[in-house]
Amino acid sequence: MYRYDQFDEAFVRERVAQFRGQVARRIDGALTEDEFKPLRLKNGVYLQLHAYMLRIAIPYGTLSSVQLRQLALIGERYDRGYGHFTTRQNLQFNWPKLRDIPDILDLLADVGMHCIQTSGNCIRNTTADHFSGAAADEVEDPRPTAELIRQWSTMHPEFDYLPRKFKIAVTGAARDRAAIRAHDIGIQVVRHPVSGEVGYRLFVGGGLGRTPMIGKLVRDFLPKAHLLAYLQSLMRVYNLEGRRDNKYKARVKILVHEIGIEEFRARVEAEFAALDPAAIAADPDEVARIEAYFAAPAFATFPADSQRVVADRARDAAFDRWVETNTFPHRQPGYAAVTVSLKPVGGVPGDATSDQMRAVADLADAHSFGEIRVSHHQNLILPHVRQDELHALWTGLVAAGLAEANAGLITDIIACPGLDYCALATARSIPIAQAISRRFGSAERQREIGELGIKISGCINACGHHHVGHIGILGLEKSGQESYQVTLGGDATENAAIGQLLGPGITAEEVPDAIERLVGVYLAHRHDGETFAEAVRRLGIEPFKAGFLAPQPAEAAHAAA
Amino acid sequence: MATTKQKILLPAILLANDLLDGDVVFWTERGWSIDPAEALVAGDEAAAIRLQEVAAAALARGTVVDAYLVDVTLRDDGLPVPNHFRERFKIAGPSIRQDLGKQAAFAHLRGRA
Repeated sequence: MYRYDQFDEAFVRERVAQFRGQVARRIDGALTEDEFKPLRLKNGVYLQLHAYMLRIAIPYGTLSSVQLRQLALIGERYDRGYGHFTTRQNLQFNWPKLRDIPDILDLLADVGMHCIQTSGNCIRNTTADHFSGAAADEVEDPRPTAELIRQWSTMHPEFDYLPRKFKIAVTGAARDRAAIRAHDIGIQVVRHPVSGEVGYRLFVGGGLGRTPMIGKLVRDFLPKAHLLAYLQSLMRVYNLEGRRDNKYKARVKILVHEIGIEEFRARVEAEFAALDPAAIAADPDEVARIEAYFAAPAFATFPADSQRVVADRARDAAFDRWVETNTFPHRQPGYAAVTVSLKPVGGVPGDATSDQMRAVADLADAHSFGEIRVSHHQNLILPHVRQDELHALWTGLVAAGLAEANAGLITDIIACPGLDYCALATARSIPIAQAISRRFGSAERQREIGELGIKISGCINACGHHHVGHIGILGLEKSGQESYQVTLGGDATENAAIGQLLGPGITAEEVPDAIERLVGVYLAHRHDGETFAEAVRRLGIEPFKAGFLAPQPAEAAHAAA
Repeated sequence: MATTKQKILLPAILLANDLLDGDVVFWTERGWSIDPAEALVAGDEAAAIRLQEVAAAALARGTVVDAYLVDVTLRDDGLPVPNHFRERFKIAGPSIRQDLGKQAAFAHLRGRA
């Protein structure tokens, strides 16, 4: 894992000291709220409905057990004993007091953490595949690239006052688990088909929110050493042309859409041709230093498939179900990557108590080289678990209430905080997720339905990624009531697609039945082994639309009663 | 948020977030209170304009953040209940965690948002 050097450490400490002074001046009245607000946002402090909220950066979703324990401590000492993991692989505390925040930032700095780049019109925390460095299918661990981008973009003077926020995601595998085409820039580590050289494929102009767009290919192959020069060229085109006069048109996706990808690419390439990539590239020694931090842990050599897991699965049905859904093939024979579900049936997606954070930290020390990841699905990952130890790990997770066997299934729902916390929300998200989760909570039912991603946002800003949910739900206000629009056919992977609206908005109470009808259409029409997303691609939206709009007789009778 | 150009809907109360802990506070006859039951209710336009002036002065002093008027309906027991669901949630606390927010402290807010 990356560790801060003396420069990083001094920089973060200096920022905390500055913010401590700014908070003191705000409290004594020397700073007005208008003056203070941009300063607090630069340090991840938002004001939500009921309290302040602190958003902590977890670069590319990678955490050590020491860091996770510190987050548990902060949650307990300064918050209400829990935190919320977000779709940007970050953590939010919902109840900090303004006066305490400098102390919280000091505790974060003690473990090499901070809240920089979690807000404002800058390049935000770079996200990555949560199975980075573990996945069997990856070309290369994308985290050294993400860390290089983090170092390059942090306080970059040219890009510290962008037209709008800017999000970059990196994946090291062809199978996209980082939703790269839903980002301003999506980077895929690829191997050149002819030379075999490892480089990058870049997409630009993706994004969700008010105007959802799928990222477009801007460069099919870029040598690794050219990355920073190419990013600088791309950012420069955006920075010069981006619409600062209208925040709804200020994202790079709008620029790419308006001038077209060919013209955008031509401008970037012209800028790139005028630069000297070697002068902008990071020093090769520094690149090597970063890569060394992400070297694989000291794996032992085991057979590819553990006989012990086979035996444990045969004698324990609940464990068997969990292994089936919550483990992922590892690049190292005899190991597995594990999803620790933060989606208990009927629970709040992404929430973890301080006790649960400590339990995961202890289990990471015992079974995963002390390493944890946060996924954009709002789950935790233990990336490097010996297959022989899966049963022991699972037993520990059961004790902590973290062994829900639902990764990728219908109850593994992404939901933003919505109107239960967020000042921007137009409707609640979490209770909708809870109701759907309870409706489909039976283990057998979930397995029968198979892979299905429901994503819920409580406003048009789409923190819950609803546009790219296989089923997306958007909460809005309609005539003074919460109302929910349902979309179908979204996809966050390499098959990226924006979901299509199924019909008029429905009430919160109607949502579980509506989802039931969509699932019913799928079960009635699916081919053998065909997932929900595949069936939607084959069948198109129409049969689902018909199902969505036509309540079943039992529901109609229920509604009339 | 508070501006004299806004159309005033009556009756109304004045709420804000406390500077130090972000908690929702209500303007009362004795200053700010964390209890909505104590909120001063403006029943006519003149009283509402006085609340807007209080909001402007409080924002200028900086002791609260995001002060604005909220139109309410008075419950039988006199509790002012915002007409919009957003402010009902803002006052009560998260609907999914009855142990958090004002609903945990004030029985008169429970199970009502």
